[in-house]
Amino acid sequence: MPTAAQGETLPPIASRLFEVAPDGPHLLGGRRKSDGRTVFPMPAGGEAYQYEPVRLANEGKLWSFTVQRFRPKSPPYAGADDEASFKPFALGYVELAGQVIVETRIEVDNFARLKIGMPMKMMLVPFGRADGSTVSTYAFRPAQ
Amino acid sequence: MTDVHIIGAGIHPFGRTDGKSGLDQGIYAVREALADVNLEWKDMQFAFGGSSAAGSADSMLPHLGLTGVQFINVANGCATGGSSLLSGYWAIKSGEFDIGIVTGFDKHPRGAFNPDPEASGLPRWYGDVGMMLTTQFFALKIQRYMGLHGITPITLARVAEKAFENGAKTPHAWRKQQVDAQTILQAQMLSDPLTKYMFCSPAEGGAALILASDKKMRELGLGGPRMLGAAVRTRVNGSFEVFSPSLDVERGPSPTEIASKAAYAIAGVGPEDIDVAQIQDTESGAEIMHMAENGLCADGDQEKLIADGETRLGGRLPINTDGGCIACGEPIGASGLRQVYENVQQLRGRADGRQVKDAKIAYSQVYGAPGLSAVAILGA
Repeated sequence: MPTAAQGETLPPIASRLFEVAPDGPHLLGGRRKSDGRTVFPMPAGGEAYQYEPVRLANEGKLWSFTVQRFRPKSPPYAGADDEASFKPFALGYVELAGQVIVETRIEVDNFARLKIGMPMKMMLVPFGRADGSTVSTYAFRPAQ
Repeated sequence: MTDVHIIGAGIHPFGRTDGKSGLDQGIYAVREALADVNLEWKDMQFAFGGSSAAGSADSMLPHLGLTGVQFINVANGCATGGSSLLSGYWAIKSGEFDIGIVTGFDKHPRGAFNPDPEASGLPRWYGDVGMMLTTQFFALKIQRYMGLHGITPITLARVAEKAFENGAKTPHAWRKQQVDAQTILQAQMLSDPLTKYMFCSPAEGGAALILASDKKMRELGLGGPRMLGAAVRTRVNGSFEVFSPSLDVERGPSPTEIASKAAYAIAGVGPEDIDVAQIQDTESGAEIMHMAENGLCADGDQEKLIADGETRLGGRLPINTDGGCIACGEPIGASGLRQVYENVQQLRGRADGRQVKDAKIAYSQVYGAPGLSAVAILGA
């Protein structure tokens, strides 16, 4: 499994998607000024002015999950792997209490460990792109 | 306001028809519908039609006759067929027209669609990391539902098994080979908990329905099921839809739940009155969840209902009697109309080999991205 340190030294996959604080990396969401509704990611473009950036909790509970068993079509998938080298990966939603439920890739050594409601912790992981570059993206892993 | 009846129905078999365009399959369905009631294209006062990937629906006109008819192209994602039907229903109910046709066709390339993040208003990284797949959405929705309501994988397999069983009895179905539940369960996993046999595929096909006012129907000496109610609704805050990087913590109803309630209210009937139902089964889990979202059972009751065969032919409430999307495939423009075609056959007692005995009230629901649902309720 990739280590958090690897992810934190690489250029991010997108700007203002996450930030690293003393207690680890956090996703950046947006809180709508009119009603406090929180969304992820922070909206860009014409509606951005309606939102203020908010640092999201980096711990939460697994809301749902699945395993991507075949290599996704490119585009849009930009992974460096091909049909032969593709490794299935888990993904799902993590509920950040009182804020928002975020979709995320999941780092786990054994897919069978995943259970709805289990505590999850955010991390940054390297993502190898088809153009040969490696960037950091976010993921969650089981907290224990 | 006048009552609206479906007096004629036509279909081009779903599946793969090499060498025949989507447009030709649509024209075939329209001609079948006209022949069903001995009418001609010039008798149609309006047409609503849709196709997502096989060209503009009104390209049918030079082939059917340039009669000057009002033809409106409809595009509403996977709920295009349901939306065309609703448009035709209103056209007659309003008193503006007496008779017209709703139609749809499609022909999709093989395999899943290539989604474009920007076209969906999403950032590029979302597609880059491999989270932009419709299959994942369906898996994530049923996985949570199974966790909350005690549904197990064998129930997913039984839904697909039933689809192939019904498809084998249906002339317009694509998949006519029966597959048993164990084979379905042990097939290649695409996105846990869904295996390849549990998903429908993009396909081809065409369907057409002729609608008429009560008065016009009697003038023509024809008959046909009455449309008791129909509604289309879109997503609200808190519904779970495809391609959502985040969801609200406070959960809300699905577009299917609100469309269903609206249609029942218009029709003046309730779920307990339904004799046969065609509901969106993009994959096995969708049929299970849509049973509850359409009020046909309580959350969690599906496990026992399906194990007891209650949704099979001969059961208390047969669902997807023509094999649904799993056995017919999903040509977007035609799919919702295929459901209503099947209900018309059931209510007219013409569903040979798969007839639901004494079916009086039939329900259909088509759901599509990015979060809309169309419901129609018919009475014999």
